[in-house]
Amino acid sequence: MPANDSDIVSEFLAESYENLDRLDRELVSLEKDPQNRDALAGVFRTIHTIKGTCGFLGFGKLEKVAHAGENLLSLLRDGRLILTPEITTVLLGMVDAIRQILAEIKTTGLEGNADCSGLLERLKLLQSSGAKPDAPSASPSAASPPAVASSSIEAKEVVKGPPAVVQPAAKAEAPPVAAGTASSETIRVGVNLLDNLMTLVGELVLARNQLLQYSNLVENASLQAVSQRLNLIATELQGDVMKTRMQPIGNIWNQFPRTVRDVALGCGKEVAIEMEGKETELDKTIIEAIKDPLTHLVRNAVDHGIELPEVRVKAGKGRAGRLLLRAFHQGGQVNIEISDDGSGLNRERIKKKALERGLLSADQAARLADRETYNLIFLPGFSTAEKVTNVSGRGVGMDVVKTNVEKIGGTVDVQSTPGQGSTVRVKIPLTLAIIPALVVTCAGDRYAIPQVSLLELVRLEAEQAKTKIELVHGAPVYRLRERLLPLAYLRHELDVKPKDGTEAAGPINIVVLQADGRPFGLIVDTINDTEEIVVKPLSKQIKGIKTFAGASIMGDGSVALILDVLGVAQRANIIGETHDRELEEVVAETGAQKSQKSSFLLFTGPDEAHMAVPLDTLARLEEIPASQVERSGTRWVAQYRGQILPLVNLAFALEERRSRRRHKKFFAAGAENARLQVLVCNYKGQRVGVTVEQIVDIIEDGAEVRYPASRAGVLYSAVVQGQVTELIDIPAILEASGIETFQDESAAEVIQ
Amino acid sequence: MAQKLQFCTFYLDGLLFGVKLTDVQEVIRFLEVTRVPLSSGVVSGLINLRGQIVTAIDLRKRLDIAPRLGEASPMNVVVRSENCAVSLLVDQIGDVVEVEEDSFEPPPETLRGMVRTVILGVHKLDDRLLHVLDTEKACQVAETSEVAAIQA
Repeated sequence: MPANDSDIVSEFLAESYENLDRLDRELVSLEKDPQNRDALAGVFRTIHTIKGTCGFLGFGKLEKVAHAGENLLSLLRDGRLILTPEITTVLLGMVDAIRQILAEIKTTGLEGNADCSGLLERLKLLQSSGAKPDAPSASPSAASPPAVASSSIEAKEVVKGPPAVVQPAAKAEAPPVAAGTASSETIRVGVNLLDNLMTLVGELVLARNQLLQYSNLVENASLQAVSQRLNLIATELQGDVMKTRMQPIGNIWNQFPRTVRDVALGCGKEVAIEMEGKETELDKTIIEAIKDPLTHLVRNAVDHGIELPEVRVKAGKGRAGRLLLRAFHQGGQVNIEISDDGSGLNRERIKKKALERGLLSADQAARLADRETYNLIFLPGFSTAEKVTNVSGRGVGMDVVKTNVEKIGGTVDVQSTPGQGSTVRVKIPLTLAIIPALVVTCAGDRYAIPQVSLLELVRLEAEQAKTKIELVHGAPVYRLRERLLPLAYLRHELDVKPKDGTEAAGPINIVVLQADGRPFGLIVDTINDTEEIVVKPLSKQIKGIKTFAGASIMGDGSVALILDVLGVAQRANIIGETHDRELEEVVAETGAQKSQKSSFLLFTGPDEAHMAVPLDTLARLEEIPASQVERSGTRWVAQYRGQILPLVNLAFALEERRSRRRHKKFFAAGAENARLQVLVCNYKGQRVGVTVEQIVDIIEDGAEVRYPASRAGVLYSAVVQGQVTELIDIPAILEASGIETFQDESAAEVIQ
Repeated sequence: MAQKLQFCTFYLDGLLFGVKLTDVQEVIRFLEVTRVPLSSGVVSGLINLRGQIVTAIDLRKRLDIAPRLGEASPMNVVVRSENCAVSLLVDQIGDVVEVEEDSFEPPPETLRGMVRTVILGVHKLDDRLLHVLDTEKACQVAETSEVAAIQA
């Protein structure tokens, strides 16, 4: 019976599965456009390939089924039969039957004894019903050259030549005719091997981190050179190995037209499915993890979301509902949206149902905001479907969707407008394996914070901290650019005490993070560095702690926990509906005002005067050790990024002209070891550094109260944050300081 | 002929304990432990076992034995539990002991509480009793208060 060469069989199985997936897609698209000859020919060829191979391998039953399908298709191809939904259903049924037999072959090696006679009967019946009886079998062999199946789901097409670009070959749109050319450039690789590679690269990255740390300690030029090279290679390797695991989301979306068709047909609805961003790539593990949740969401949208055609017409919509799948990258995450233009979620019914099921109290229900109400559908045991269908309505599902998505570090959210439809948004990380992270210390332990949720870092000196951190009835907040930023102490949230028992009384480090779109400040003891970390899952003993997303091995070989920013925010009660709405209002408000406001950098100048400069005149802020200041002719300079940066001390520049003299020293005596705060400005095509006493903050302000300037180099005085502040005219200062510029621009270019 | 059983033995507060030799992956000296805030007290922390992150369980706490005193650092007995490596922190390592199956007796009725679920029974050795631990149970950790709070 079947060929005992298992390699050939498994190859055949893999190919056939791909072909079947393609058949699903092609049949559904053919149904929409029955006259499309090319599509028909493609379908025909695909089924013929399957038939041919199974005949060769001696799978008789499979051949019979495929043959019957082929006969029917040949009538369609020759135009003697017109494709009807009925025929499509039977053909899809045939695809399913073939799949079933293939599954049997995969597990047992035999075709099994599933009964296909009913299907064969129907296929025959359809042949005779529409066609003239003189068409028993059109000879297919002449029409279709044996197509070489070359597209693949698991393996990737490797385009030759550096850099090795790895691309998925199974593009949904790829016409079957075009396939068959790339076989020599593709290698089918086991997923296990890719997983192993990934683990090894993970280890390599760890070893590299350790080596880098070591080489920084040892003053050895050749060691550093080698480790830098290793660093580059490891980074590139890591990127490429990650790419081999990336798959376009289209790979799982491709089956949705079929799913939607079946579900819609089953409940008498008409649905058109649209997809945007099919090519968005995701890590294989993530693709697998979201396949089921997405399928469920799609079925749900068709079954619950979109109304029956008559209802839709009454509501003034088109007969056919519209289902839109959208995928796109945003902020290091992949967003997937599933929207329908159906009736939307019914707030009252959701609340009523939740009350009936005892999921919340009447009191709670009354206080729920819209968004919270909608998200009740993700609670276990919740279902509002009036009747249980075989598609959905059994109260399992939405909560499973949520748990599955959260398992891979994602979030689910639903939005809905009554009468206009609802949108489910799934946000998931790009990859789970290696991520950039900020390493911080809290109570003597290190923690890693995924960089995707990081907004900025704020450092407050000890004396500043006392006044800058204010309390709203006990809850600490910080005014970040005139907006209150809720603060959480990591130490309190983790309930840890330092190992040596001392309380830190130094500067305060605020890590500004974003959780679910809401910013908050996390106060940590020290901010160490950013590092690429390899995420390792937590064992089951500690998996339940929502505050941690995983663990990683640091450069020195010790273990650090990775904070789950969402979990930390939840623990600190940062996330809540009231806050959410306030924030939206604030955002809307500031958006409106933005046009009148501009950003300023606040700093203290000589004699602790409050000063500010418009942010757009600055290139960067730098700290330069006083020891690096050198003298060049009459000018003080510092080497900066491979250039000579002329320095202007604001204190001297602002002094009255008549009292100005050449300063022997650039800074006050005793400040030789200080670090200079330098505003790097662009001035006539070159960079100039202006030193100030202390950089305070960046603010957005309209500065409406103004007073004319009292001295040269100042634009005007204004009240900023309740302080009279001088707005410094940087170009005027630099002009007055006589900063040399090249007359000839080409000379400047040569130097630079 | 009664069957022979092999146990990897170790000491906790002077008592002799053992886990099935087949459950044990390796025994290693003390490694630096990274504590896990908010976890159950039984979890001592995480260790880096040649690039693999392994949870260390303080077996003294798991078995309701008074905390370890003094400077002596614990040893790691790394066992396989549900296909994951878990390290059990013990005071001192003993020998691999071979016992007859019929020297086993279940714990006396007077042994009460949570410990009863972890200690399967004892093997009567010539000079002392070998407490046999249920490896799976020993690696189980009660859910933390945080988890319970979220689920409530």
